[in-house]
Amino acid sequence: MATITLTINGTRRTDTVDPRLLLVQYLREVCRLTGAHVGCETSICGACTVDIDGRAVKSCTALAVQCDGSSVTTIEGLATDGKLHPLQEAFWSEHGLQCGFCTPGMIMSARALLAADRNPSEAAIRHGLEGNLCRCTGYHNIVRAVQAAARAMGQEARA
Amino acid sequence: MSPVTVPKFIGARIKRKEDPRLITGRATYTDDIVLPRMAYVKIVRSTEAHAKLQTVNVAAAKLRPGVIAVITGEDVKDRIAPLPVAHKIADLKVPPHYALARGEVHHVGEAIVAVIAETAAQATDAAEHVVVDYAPLPVVTDVEKAAGGAPFVHADLGTNVAFAFPLKAGDPDAQLARAPVRLKQRIMNQRLIPVAIEPRCVVADYDAGYQKLTLTSTTQIPHLLRLLLGAVLSLPEHKIRVVAPEVGGGFGSKLNFYPEEVLLAHLSQRLGRPLKWTETRTEGFLSTIHGRDQLADVEIGADQDGRLLALKVRLWQDLGAYHQLLTPVIPTLTVLMLPGCYTVKDIEVHLEGVFTNKTPTDAYRGAGRPEATFIIERAMDLIADATGKDPAEVRRINFPPANAFPFVTATGLAYDSGNYQGSLDKLIANAGYAALRKEQVAKRAKGELMGIGLTTYVEVCGLGPSAAMPAGGWEACELEVRRSGKIVVKTGSSPHGQGEETTFAQIAADGFGLTPDDVEVVHGDTDAVAEGIGTFGSRNQAVGGAALARCVETVRTKARRIAAHLLEASVDDIVFADGKLFPKGVPAKAKTFMDIVNVAYLADQLPQEIEPGLSAVHFFEPTNFTFPFGAHLAVVDVDQETGKVTLRRYVAVDDCGKIINPMIVEGQLHGGIAQGVAQALFEEAIYDANGQLVTGELMDYAVPKATFLPSWELDHTVTASPVNVLGAKGVGEAGTIASASAIMNAVVDALKPFGVKHMDMPAKSERVWRAMQGGAR
Repeated sequence: MATITLTINGTRRTDTVDPRLLLVQYLREVCRLTGAHVGCETSICGACTVDIDGRAVKSCTALAVQCDGSSVTTIEGLATDGKLHPLQEAFWSEHGLQCGFCTPGMIMSARALLAADRNPSEAAIRHGLEGNLCRCTGYHNIVRAVQAAARAMGQEARA
Repeated sequence: MSPVTVPKFIGARIKRKEDPRLITGRATYTDDIVLPRMAYVKIVRSTEAHAKLQTVNVAAAKLRPGVIAVITGEDVKDRIAPLPVAHKIADLKVPPHYALARGEVHHVGEAIVAVIAETAAQATDAAEHVVVDYAPLPVVTDVEKAAGGAPFVHADLGTNVAFAFPLKAGDPDAQLARAPVRLKQRIMNQRLIPVAIEPRCVVADYDAGYQKLTLTSTTQIPHLLRLLLGAVLSLPEHKIRVVAPEVGGGFGSKLNFYPEEVLLAHLSQRLGRPLKWTETRTEGFLSTIHGRDQLADVEIGADQDGRLLALKVRLWQDLGAYHQLLTPVIPTLTVLMLPGCYTVKDIEVHLEGVFTNKTPTDAYRGAGRPEATFIIERAMDLIADATGKDPAEVRRINFPPANAFPFVTATGLAYDSGNYQGSLDKLIANAGYAALRKEQVAKRAKGELMGIGLTTYVEVCGLGPSAAMPAGGWEACELEVRRSGKIVVKTGSSPHGQGEETTFAQIAADGFGLTPDDVEVVHGDTDAVAEGIGTFGSRNQAVGGAALARCVETVRTKARRIAAHLLEASVDDIVFADGKLFPKGVPAKAKTFMDIVNVAYLADQLPQEIEPGLSAVHFFEPTNFTFPFGAHLAVVDVDQETGKVTLRRYVAVDDCGKIINPMIVEGQLHGGIAQGVAQALFEEAIYDANGQLVTGELMDYAVPKATFLPSWELDHTVTASPVNVLGAKGVGEAGTIASASAIMNAVVDALKPFGVKHMDMPAKSERVWRAMQGGAR
């Protein structure tokens, strides 16, 4: 067993974990943050995507012990003071989700995409979300949602 | 709804009520549930496609840390009955399908042993110590070979053919004999894997104190699951509660009754512990149902104008190794829908359902209808090619006119309403069809390969009248007006992404002059909702929504009766509009809906003949299926060097009847189209000759990524269904049913300069490249 300290959604916590525990298992089973989902075991689906120290990472590809000292943001940490993140607002208003299972990972990947490119083209959005599978939407409204969020965040930045 | 309601929310683009919990990570899916004292189950599965189980040695596994029990098929043999199949097929051969194999296994992935341990990791570790000694038996994976005779998947049956389903109308042989155009084509609908992004998961909790089982499952059919669990476990059904919490997509794969559901229910009772089992994705590829896998030999007779005179089709459905819940029923839908949206009168179909040593097939989005559409829409293009007519023209002359509805097809279905030329005309205008054809001519002159593919489809949904269904075709709904004047709708439909909490709230809100936020829609819990059938076959609105509309009408009528009493007017004179009830022409005397609710519950002003309370329960039994339709067009470019197909544009005009929420309808079409495109261009489940699934995980099975697909260009026409008061037809499967054939017609059209007449799916680069070299399809 190993003792690790992480900052999860702004709150520091220390836990003793099995060295083989994946970060996604740590988040879901130890922290009881179940927004990150497990849709495969080959790192294809992206439903488990979270932010580790500013990078979007599939949390099934990291061991919890590897993340000792890191700062992790999950979908649960995205809304601040009861206000939805522009991406959450946009996925809602553009109908960018149906069953919702891929959505937390999709939003976390889109967040990293917009951090790197404030005004991405449709092709850039599709490329940036290549690591996240959605079976419900055909991606059409996900692309629209990311475009809408980019507009909203641009306006916010200018305001 | 009468007298007088003005739709305010029905037809409006309302943001979904279910989304706030989903976009913040607060939703509860089955795998998110943790119960006190919960233990975990790992299933040991067959690595052989067909084998005798010589020994199943669990001794070492039982000694591993944390192990609570290790259970084999022998351990449960008197406790769990074989899994049932729901069907109305004469003389269906049904091999016993045990929750855990006994003596023999028939496909890779079949469950053999359940290991129960304190943690999921301990269960997984211990499962590695179960030793199964297999004596391999001959394997059959080819459906045609399996239909022809030995080796047999189930030796006791003495055949692999589980059933035959013949259908004949008119005199197709005579028509073929006189047809100037006669064509033959072998058409394969390849095996697909549904891949809902949420893997299956089951949590079972038997409470010995209450003698009650609570089973939470990733299911589309909680009420049917309750019924089936009771039957297979000999438990009283009223002591079973089934919960379908948030469900992460289904596409038919969760419209089923799986070994793990019954196994966990039984083991929770037996071990006195709550249990959880969560499928891994690779495990799901082997143990969750597959779709399609249908082979067809098609014979077509047509005249020189392109009129389809006769259709003869021999069909072989690969059932896999067992019947799952609806396995044999699915291809019968193909048979019924083979005429498509055309007037052909002379048709003969012979379907055989055939066992092979593969994972069972069952309902996957479209379920038998994409197969039918693919066959008939390829046939239309083959006729166009043979007669030199434009594919749009060939379709036009085969349509029934818009005034011919209800239209009875050669296979005996009565299409409820339609205007097929209307949707095709709109499509041709929206796509700029003539300009596309011009562009194609110019490109061909330059040696560039561009293809335009059309499909005009009709599908059967709103399943359906109970007489045509194996387990009831109604849907149930309860509507309760609470004392606060807010509304609770309890529906037997069980959505898993379809947004019914929103659309049902829209329907109820309009009935009472409320807003969707005033309506709570409860579903997916058999203790909260007494009865139901579930969500599949594009039936939510057409059947579940229709049941709700009945409840709205009943409660409105009672409210008007109460108002009539209070206002001393005749009930027939009471108008109920925008939440106000008043005698016709005297709006000044209006009572608000809230006034009526207060009277209904305080009851001190009610006359004796009116019961207190304000609620309704209805079972809606449709008199017919509904038949959505539409026209789709694909434009593809093919790279001559590599054979790579690029889907440049996809234009669709769909008619799903009256629309409750256009945003949700569009979303259903987007995803549906993507799944058909996936079949046409990317996905195929491949087995080797030993019955091993070669495409056994997401690394090898090409579920489309965002980069694989374009944006979709949608439009619609509205032809109301006469079958239900909402006029709704259904839309969940339309996109999938239409798009594979549109894409493949485009690919074949692009390859016309090479003399290509047909191509099997998926149109991957290698296959397209070979076709251009004049090689095998």
